[in-house]
Amino acid sequence: MNRRRLVFGVASAALLATGPTFAAEPIKIGSFLSVTGPASFLGDPEKRTLELYVERINAAGGVLGRKIELVIYDDGGDANNARTFATRLVESDKVVAVVGGTTTATSLAAIPVLEDAQIPFISLAGGIEIVEPVKPFTFKTPHTDKMACEKIFEDVKKRGFSKVGMISSTAGFGASMRNQCLKVAPERGIQIVADERYAPGDTDTTPQLNKIKGSGAEVIVNADFGQGPAIVTRNVRQLGLEIPLYQSHGVASKSFIDLAGPAAEGVRLPAAAMLVAEQLPDDDPQKKVVLDYKITYESTQKQPVSTFGGHAYDGLMLLVRAIEKAGSTDGVKVRDALRATKGFVGTGGVVNMSPTDHMGLDLSAFRMLEIRNGTWKLLY
Amino acid sequence: MAELVQLLFAGLTTGAVYALVALGFTLIFQASEVVNFAQGEFVMLGGMVTVFAFKAGLPLPLAAALAIAVAVTTGLLLHRLAIEPAKGATVVTLIIVTIGASILIRGIAQIVFDKQFHALPAFTGDEPFRLLGAAILPQSLWVLAGAAAIVFGLWLFMERTLLGKAVQATAANRLAAELVGIDTRLVLALAFAVSAAIGAVGGILVTPITLTSYAVGTILALKGFAAAMLGGIGNPVGAVVGGLVLGLLEAFAAGWISSTYKDGVAFLVILLVLLAMPQGLLGRRAVERV
Repeated sequence: MNRRRLVFGVASAALLATGPTFAAEPIKIGSFLSVTGPASFLGDPEKRTLELYVERINAAGGVLGRKIELVIYDDGGDANNARTFATRLVESDKVVAVVGGTTTATSLAAIPVLEDAQIPFISLAGGIEIVEPVKPFTFKTPHTDKMACEKIFEDVKKRGFSKVGMISSTAGFGASMRNQCLKVAPERGIQIVADERYAPGDTDTTPQLNKIKGSGAEVIVNADFGQGPAIVTRNVRQLGLEIPLYQSHGVASKSFIDLAGPAAEGVRLPAAAMLVAEQLPDDDPQKKVVLDYKITYESTQKQPVSTFGGHAYDGLMLLVRAIEKAGSTDGVKVRDALRATKGFVGTGGVVNMSPTDHMGLDLSAFRMLEIRNGTWKLLY
Repeated sequence: MAELVQLLFAGLTTGAVYALVALGFTLIFQASEVVNFAQGEFVMLGGMVTVFAFKAGLPLPLAAALAIAVAVTTGLLLHRLAIEPAKGATVVTLIIVTIGASILIRGIAQIVFDKQFHALPAFTGDEPFRLLGAAILPQSLWVLAGAAAIVFGLWLFMERTLLGKAVQATAANRLAAELVGIDTRLVLALAFAVSAAIGAVGGILVTPITLTSYAVGTILALKGFAAAMLGGIGNPVGAVVGGLVLGLLEAFAAGWISSTYKDGVAFLVILLVLLAMPQGLLGRRAVERV
């Protein structure tokens, strides 16, 4: 504490000495993230990313000639805390915008507070409910479950299939993605011939897969993350089902391949470009952004990059760009600039927002990968 | 036919794990009337310690032995540090103590190990074999054979050794057992050690199929407890029957009725059984003497 105060003292003295460059008040950007708790594997890289890039932006001269001051609270994954911190960001910290909200639940809890205060909010969570229906001041950076379903179904059709057997977890992510998949299936000419579920923590899904086997399904789609998909993948191979298996972007981490073992060979999944940064063709618009972020993050944080930190990067950069375009930190003006975002290349995809689309991503944001020889192979 | 066999093996394999957890509940309940909700953590320790010891380069049998030793030590410590000092407290208090202990063990495991899921290689290969058209993992047979061996060993111990008789005597009447010179404290410590060992062996056997993480104990404790209640708590045979029935109920409900409601179906059946037979399938009717 003492040392910090000393550093602060020296810094303010230095500030006084350097004169008018940063005489203006800093721009306060707020954030509430699930740095601890069950969603910490999402929140931790997000926090690191925000801190890392705010430091870099400030070192490069800040925004509108002003420094950025970041105020981060840890909601521990609790929606009640998220709402409290959102209120604190608005009332005591008086931030101009918020980039945060690790989970769909924490984001939804904070939205009413931030909307009331007319403060632009860029959420880092996946749920489509955040931007549908569109709320005037709420945006988000990650792709949605619905897009994952559409990407999978697109690939299924490409391979000449149309009958899908769904198997999903009854909890959270799996349940939400299942609903989205069931909803978009008819639009994509897909027939869901089986819709099986399992509870989180279930250790055997052969009864469910056995039913799918008898349903005439041409492919299997599994919506879940964590250990469930690994068990489903192993069970599919155990039963000797020769039909293609699709997993969701929820398994897009190396640990899935380790857990599922040889059974994972040939599994396809939609995922963000980050996972295959090096494999992207040189003319891919995202290649430079994704590689830059990956190298910067990995060299400073000494840990492998994740797509989640990338969502925070995209959120911060979108906001900085909007503040610069608006030439002001006024909530309504920044919101208008955010809404007018066109052709922003982030780690999650190319963003084109509009008054009716506060996410701005299309299916090209997802890449189709296949697991080959124990690693990801970019298909397209 | 193929489907029937497939569901049967799925149910029996899952059920065998529930049975082992239920058996652990039963042993400690017999000796002390305490329902030890840390029972699931022994299963977790069995799996997790084996995984990490194996990753560190130990051969699998040695890693498994180490895991059992760790679980038994944990069981004894739980008895010595948490149950023993609270002697004389009501049974409800002791049950709450075990819930606290389970949270503590989980928390420590999360720090010592990590929060990821882990797998073990199957003991004798991953290639399923065909039985009447169903595909069965060799590891399933390991689980079933292991569970059967444990049940048989426990029966031998209970019926054929003096120590086993002492455990039975303590279960029947604690005061009378003390009067004939049985060290009931030792018996209780033994119950914790044996329960922990059974749980750990179960964890080691199933990890190649089910994967493991620091948090797998909670749901197993819940299912194992349901199995123990279904079979009649306090009856080792009942625990095994309860576990297998619960596993089969889940598998057949998922395969034949609806996978969405499979847990619901299983628990509904348990409720109905307990309504008709409050003492469980094989439990003795409890008689309170006034």
